[in-house]
Amino acid sequence: MAGSGTAHLRPPDEVLLRVENLVMEFPAKGGRKVHAVSNISFDVAPGETLGLVGESGCGKSTTGRAIMQLPAPTRGSVTLDGTDLTSLKGEELRRTRPTMQMIFQDPISSLNPRRTVTDIVAEPLNIWGLGTDAERTAKASATLADVGVDPEAAGERKPHEFSGGQCQRISIARAVITDPKLIICDEPVSALDVSVQAQILNLLEEMKQRYGLTLVFIAHDLAVVKNISDRVAVMYLGKMCEIGPPEALYDDPAHPYTRALISSIPVPDPEVPQDIEHRLEGELPSPITPPSGCRFRTRCPLAQEICTQAEPQMAQVSEGHWVACHFPLAETKVADPTTTTAAPAKPAP
Amino acid sequence: MSTATEVPAATGQGAAGSEASGAPLLEVTDLRTAFNSPRGLVRAVDGLSLTVERGKTLGLVGESGSGKSVTSRSIMGLTPRRNTERGGTVRLSGRDITDLPEAEYRELWATEMAMIFQDPMTALNPVMKVGAQIAESMRVHLDLSKSEARERTLALLEAVRIPEPHKRIDVYPHEMSGGMRQRVVIAVALACGPKLLFADEPTTALDVTVQAQVLDLLAEQQRERYMGMILVTHDLGVVASRADEIAVMYAGRIVERAPTRVLFRELKMPYTEALLAAIPKLEMAPHTRLVAIGGRPPDLVNPPEGCSFSPRCPYAQDRCRTEQPELTESPTTPGHYYACFYPVGSPENDEIRVQLRRAGVALPGDELGSAQDQPSVREQLATQADQAIEEN
Repeated sequence: MAGSGTAHLRPPDEVLLRVENLVMEFPAKGGRKVHAVSNISFDVAPGETLGLVGESGCGKSTTGRAIMQLPAPTRGSVTLDGTDLTSLKGEELRRTRPTMQMIFQDPISSLNPRRTVTDIVAEPLNIWGLGTDAERTAKASATLADVGVDPEAAGERKPHEFSGGQCQRISIARAVITDPKLIICDEPVSALDVSVQAQILNLLEEMKQRYGLTLVFIAHDLAVVKNISDRVAVMYLGKMCEIGPPEALYDDPAHPYTRALISSIPVPDPEVPQDIEHRLEGELPSPITPPSGCRFRTRCPLAQEICTQAEPQMAQVSEGHWVACHFPLAETKVADPTTTTAAPAKPAP
Repeated sequence: MSTATEVPAATGQGAAGSEASGAPLLEVTDLRTAFNSPRGLVRAVDGLSLTVERGKTLGLVGESGSGKSVTSRSIMGLTPRRNTERGGTVRLSGRDITDLPEAEYRELWATEMAMIFQDPMTALNPVMKVGAQIAESMRVHLDLSKSEARERTLALLEAVRIPEPHKRIDVYPHEMSGGMRQRVVIAVALACGPKLLFADEPTTALDVTVQAQVLDLLAEQQRERYMGMILVTHDLGVVASRADEIAVMYAGRIVERAPTRVLFRELKMPYTEALLAAIPKLEMAPHTRLVAIGGRPPDLVNPPEGCSFSPRCPYAQDRCRTEQPELTESPTTPGHYYACFYPVGSPENDEIRVQLRRAGVALPGDELGSAQDQPSVREQLATQADQAIEEN
C-alpha cells in the first residue's frame, strides 16, 4: 500500500477523532530511522468502532499510542473533539487524559499486582479528585458490577487471584470510570481463550452502548475485528492500504494485501476449501529501509513498474470504502485531481 | 474411560508404515498425569486414550488448562519426575515407553519422536548459531561428521523454505523473524527423521499470514516424511483443514473424538458445540452477538462431580451432576466417540433445548442477531458462574 492521501476523511464536524498525515519515526542505530508509521490519515465518528488490522510490525499499536500522545507523533495532527492534541503540552495535555483511555493486551500485567481491585478501578477518580472517598468507592463498585465483576466478592482482592478474562473486565472498568469519549483497545482479546474472548467482545459492545463510547480496536485477528467494527482500516508497514465498512472490505477487498490477509484466516469448517492461491509469500520488509513507491510491492502479486516509483493515493471504491493501490481489485472512482497525483505524498492539509 | 484401543477403521491403513506387528505408531491407554501441589493433587490428565497412525494428523483441541499440553509432554516423557504421579501405558510402534529411564527417552527423542514448541524464541538457544542447533542432534544420534551434518543442515533449511540457507546457517536466532525462527525449530525437530511429531501450538505466537505458511509447511513435511503428527491447539480453525481426526479435551479427558469432517458435520458434545459457537466467523455480520461459554474450566484439584462440563453446560440435568459419562462410540457413526448423556442432536437434547428457548436462554447455534439490542441473559449467567468458582 501503501498509500497516503486524505481524500477519504469525512468533514471534521462529523467525527470525534481525526488523525491527519500521522508520522511516527524512532531513531535507530547509525543515524537511521525506523519508519513505524508513515503518513496515515483516518477518522472515527462518535459512537463508531474503528478496527485497525495488520501483521505485527505494521504500526497499528504505534498508531494507537500516537493518538494517546504516548509519545506524541513525529509529525501530523490528532484532533479529538475539535482539539488538536499534538499542540498541547504538559498540564494542558494531562487535562485531556480522562477523555481518552486505553485497554491493553496482557490483562494481568497491566494491573498493579499490589493493589486491590477497588483501588485500581477508583484510581482515576483519585487522580482527578472527583468525589469523596465514599463516593469513589461507590462508583468503583458500580462500575465493577457493570463489567460483570461482583464488587462484594472481588473488591478487596488482588489481580493475581483472577483469571485473564476477569482481569480484562477489571481493565475495562478502570478505563470507563472517568466517562471517556474514546477508548483505544490494543489487542484486548488476543491473550484470551476463544470462550473468554467471546465474553469480552460481548462486554465491550454492551459497555459501548451504556457509556456512549467510541472505540479504536487494534487486533491482528480479522474475524474478531469484523465482529466488533463499524469500519475497518488495514495497515501494512506503516501505511494504510484500505479502509471501509466491514461487509464491503471483507466481501470485496480492493487491496491485494487485504485479500491475502483474508485468505490466510483458518476457517473452522473442513468443508470450506482453503484459499491457497492468494496467500502471501515472504515476510515484512524492514521499516528502517521501506521499499520505494508502494510499500507492499515486494510481496504483491500484481506489482508493476509504477509501483516502485509512485506511492498510490487513496481512491474511492464505493461509499465509505477507499483503497490505496495502483491496481486495485475493484474499480475506483477517479477522485478530484489534487488527491490522485502520482508524486510522493505531500497532500495539502 | 472407554477402551479407545479399538482404533477407528478410518485410520487403520497406516499399518504398512508401522512395525511388522501391525501395532499403531502411537497407542496411549488410560494415561494419567497428576502433579502434587500445595493445594492438593492436580489431575492434569485423567484417563486419556488415543491412537495415532503413521501419515496421519490428530488435532488435540481444548482451552487453556484442559490438559492438552501435559498430554503431549507425558507421552514424550517430558514431565518432571518429582512430585508427579503417572499412570496408564504409552506404546510407540508396539514398544511400551511408559516411564523409561531418562537415558532411554534420550534415545527416542529426535529419532523416534520430536516436539515443536509454541514460542520459537525460548525454544532455541540464543547464543548458538541456528545451524549448530539443527546439526547438534544429528551429530549425537546419527553419528555424522561435522561436514556431513552441515550438508544435511543446509538441506533441512531448504526443506523448511528458509531463503538463502548458506547465509542463514550461521546466524543467531535473534537475527531472524518469528516465522523464520519457527521454521528453524521445525528443522531441529525434523533433523533425525522422527516418526511421530508433536506440534504444541506451533503458530499461536505468529501472525495469520505466517501462521498459514508454517501450517502448510508442517503438513507438507508430515506427508513427505510419512510421520504421525499430534497438532495441539486451542483454535478449531487451525485443525479444521489440517487434521485427519480431532480429539476435543476438557478437564484432562477427551470428551469427543471423530474424523475431522464427521466432527464438524455432526458434533455431539455440548462443549464442542459451545467452543465452535464462540469463535467469531468471517461470514457473520458485524456486531453479531457471540454465544460465550459461561464460567471457567473446572479446578483440577477439586473437579466437579459427574460430567466435568456440567457446571457450564446449558443442557445439564441432574444425572450430569452426579454421574460421569464415559467416552463411547456413536451407534450410528463408527469412529465417532463422545462422552455425554444428552448429546447434541438427540431427542433428549432437543427437548431440553425447547425448554431453554422458552425460558429465553440464548444457545449455541441460535441466530442471535445484533449484539446491540440483545438482552444478556447468558452473560449474566456466565458472570454468576464465574464468581461462584472464584469464591471457592
